[in-house]
Amino acid sequence: MANFSKSSVPQFSVEVYQNEFLPEGGREVNAIVTVTSTGGGTRGGVPLTGASASPASIPGQRTDAAVVVMVDCSGSMDYPPTKMRNARDATAAAIDTLRDGTAFAVVSGTHTAAEVYPGGGRLATADATTRAGAKEALRRLSAGGGTAIGTWLRLADRLLGDADVSIRHGILLTDGRNEHETPEDLRAALDACAGRFTCDARGVGTDWEVKEVTGIASALLGTADIVADPSGLAADFTGMMENAMGKEVADVALRLWTPVGAEIAFVKQVAPTVEELTGRRTEAGPRAGDYPTGSWGDESRDYHVCVRVPEAGVGREMLAARASLIIPDPAGGTPRPLAQGLVRAVWTDDMAASTSINPQVAHYTGQAELAHVIQQGLDARKSGDFDSATAKLGRAVQLAAASGNEDTAKLLAKVVDVVDATTGTVRLKARVTEADEMTLETRSTKTVRVKK
Amino acid sequence: MTPQMPQQAAWSKCPGCEEPLESGDLFCGACGYDLSVVPEPPRDRPTVVIGAHVDWPEAPGADGSGRPGTLQRSGEVPGTDSGGRELPVAAVRFDGPDAAPAVAAAPPPFQEPGAAAQFGPAATGGAPAAPGTSPATGPSGASGSGSGGFEPTAPDPRAAGHSGGHSAAPPPGAKLCVACRAGHVDPDGYCENCGHAQPRERDHMEQELGSVAAVSDRGLRHHRNEDSFAVSSTALPDGSPAVIAIVCDGVSSATRPDDASAAAASSANEHLLDSLPRGTHPQQAMHDAILAAASAVNSLAAEPGAAMEHDPHRHQNAPACTLVGAVAAGGLLVVGWVGDSRAYWIPDDRSGPPARLTEDDSWAAQMVSAGLMSEAEAYADERAHAITGWLGADAYELEPHTASFKPDRPGVVVVCTDGLWNYAEAPEEMAQVLPPDAAGRPLHGAQVLVGHALDGGGHDNVTVALLPFAVPRQGAGSA
Repeated sequence: MANFSKSSVPQFSVEVYQNEFLPEGGREVNAIVTVTSTGGGTRGGVPLTGASASPASIPGQRTDAAVVVMVDCSGSMDYPPTKMRNARDATAAAIDTLRDGTAFAVVSGTHTAAEVYPGGGRLATADATTRAGAKEALRRLSAGGGTAIGTWLRLADRLLGDADVSIRHGILLTDGRNEHETPEDLRAALDACAGRFTCDARGVGTDWEVKEVTGIASALLGTADIVADPSGLAADFTGMMENAMGKEVADVALRLWTPVGAEIAFVKQVAPTVEELTGRRTEAGPRAGDYPTGSWGDESRDYHVCVRVPEAGVGREMLAARASLIIPDPAGGTPRPLAQGLVRAVWTDDMAASTSINPQVAHYTGQAELAHVIQQGLDARKSGDFDSATAKLGRAVQLAAASGNEDTAKLLAKVVDVVDATTGTVRLKARVTEADEMTLETRSTKTVRVKK
Repeated sequence: MTPQMPQQAAWSKCPGCEEPLESGDLFCGACGYDLSVVPEPPRDRPTVVIGAHVDWPEAPGADGSGRPGTLQRSGEVPGTDSGGRELPVAAVRFDGPDAAPAVAAAPPPFQEPGAAAQFGPAATGGAPAAPGTSPATGPSGASGSGSGGFEPTAPDPRAAGHSGGHSAAPPPGAKLCVACRAGHVDPDGYCENCGHAQPRERDHMEQELGSVAAVSDRGLRHHRNEDSFAVSSTALPDGSPAVIAIVCDGVSSATRPDDASAAAASSANEHLLDSLPRGTHPQQAMHDAILAAASAVNSLAAEPGAAMEHDPHRHQNAPACTLVGAVAAGGLLVVGWVGDSRAYWIPDDRSGPPARLTEDDSWAAQMVSAGLMSEAEAYADERAHAITGWLGADAYELEPHTASFKPDRPGVVVVCTDGLWNYAEAPEEMAQVLPPDAAGRPLHGAQVLVGHALDGGGHDNVTVALLPFAVPRQGAGSA
């Protein structure tokens, strides 16, 4: 693998897991593409190799990240009053986690968005003085008004857009439904912001809409989670900010080249969470398309690529897809490929070869189904279709147990009584707390990797 | 290529299926055999056996036990050519300007079509059995040009269809995809347009070296050629020629079978080239060569495999292959083998009986030899081809079989993988397929045999080496 590492660019590597053998007439090629980025992050668990450690990764020496924290200040944040207090504390904790030199701003969100700090359409540069100033400003935050998240995002986009940085990130906290604008307004705001900055979204309490929060994180390539207990906010914000500070390279795209006559059936991120990417393709030259993956620190993600290739005779071999990682050239030139992997198709009449399923593909097919049946099961439960809910959630319990996804299994066990995990026999619990149900729904897309 | 004049007039029956022919037929009406490539009818060549005298000590019996023969000291073997003169050092001739190496194990990097003489016309890319490709496909971009050493004699009737593709010659330096003829080839060997893998060096290999020749082809159903061969010639200490042919078949269910066969063929060949000139008895040399090949394959198991990410489920299987080799030296014919690759003896005078010289290390052969099944039953069984002996780190106990023969008449040794003999199992069938002039035109003969396997379906890789065996003429030994 070529080493493209430069001062602030981590090394990317691509591995492909697949069974390339197709039976006669077979057209569908499945592969798991594992992308790993090492050497650039500040908190990586992976040892640095070679001389790729960059001076830029030393905290306090960079100014190439900007973060905007959006805090919900709608009237509901005062019920109970601890919610607002915890949100203030959490934001303060996040600001403490900011690396010196990072550009930042705090925005309060109601039915409109307002700059809390530093104001004037600018970003502050993190140091002791600005951190203290920001925390002082947070004390003046009070609850009152409605919720129009689209306006918050547009303000964050304006603030971040002026910053001359490579990593642009938002952190959004909400406690209620997006009631004071239409879903179309929010969708338009997300479309406008997509690709311009990444954003993590958090729902606090249980009065917010799971699909809104996960939709924001999904569109802006960030994480979504529930913080049911407001007292947990500070720890969560700190973690989120650390994660943001670990990002080294932004706007990474997964580029898939496919041959003439082939079509991409689907592309989805399958680890650490399931994220459908198929519809987010932007064409990138002949037979190639880019799928956004956001910004990367020291991390590894898996993608499931399914390609339908034109049929070829037994004994033929072809390249079904070439998967590469692309980052834009800061100078505006041709994007640089960071690493690539090959997805192949080989037609054989050896049934043993063509019928075996690659363990990685099988595992992630199961994980994607797991996320899907949880969603279906919870929807069925809400709509009163308990038979369907039992069947779907039973299947989910079975999949979670078989794949070793213990976190999801635990969350499921709070919603159903598990009779036999192996067969997926469950009974719906009569009483389920809203927090448990929302936690399961929000985290249903979390996956585990193949047991080694 | 130079078109050959149809020679159907000389034939009363199709050489492919025995169907009676009419004069003027260009193709057999029954099987479609392209009569334009049928070689000349046999000339009357009386078999001469009387008085042929070789002063080589009796070789150990062909008992197949693998026991080494006795050492042959140098100078004991008088060598003369058919005219009774001292033999010259064997002339070495290559097929093309790129001088295919004597050993096929180290192919040069991919060459653009037009320059690769060793890609022969019988390559399979454009074969009718490969749907989904355009008619002008085929890795045979070379068949019309660049062939320096021999005239491609087109055993494969499909080759004629390829010439149309050559007019669209790529600009110098650019590699056009052989499958779609539209895209260029990426450095990793796939077309940037249609994605199809480009033919590799080993998809079709041909080599002719003096009197011995070999052809290897990927076949029509496998995605790579896991067979390998080596042909070479050297001289015994007395200057008489020793001609070597080695054929290996990689075991598909093992890791890197293509590497295994290449390593085995080249190391066996090198061992023979080293030991024969030093006077080792050919049977002993063959025995040792098989052991050398085995250790070469074993050492592959220790190497970390390349491109393992694509073959994770094959990781645990050590590379393995079969081997069959033949040496013609000083009136003696020595064969050695492990596995189910075979050597056949086909006398030039077809009135004499052809014979199979090897005994498969296979399930079917064991069933037959144990008397549990008839040959027909055994070979019809799906387990027939499960081999019971091979070269490789996971072989239970290597038992090289060697045998020596002293033919009393000239003939040709067909050294081949099961990709051929599946389509001509019995010696009589093999004799029928082998062109009568194979001894004089071994490369052409090998091409015809490979063509026979491809016409039959080409279900496996096909590799054939033809080793003509000449008996010194009357009086040569007594002059």
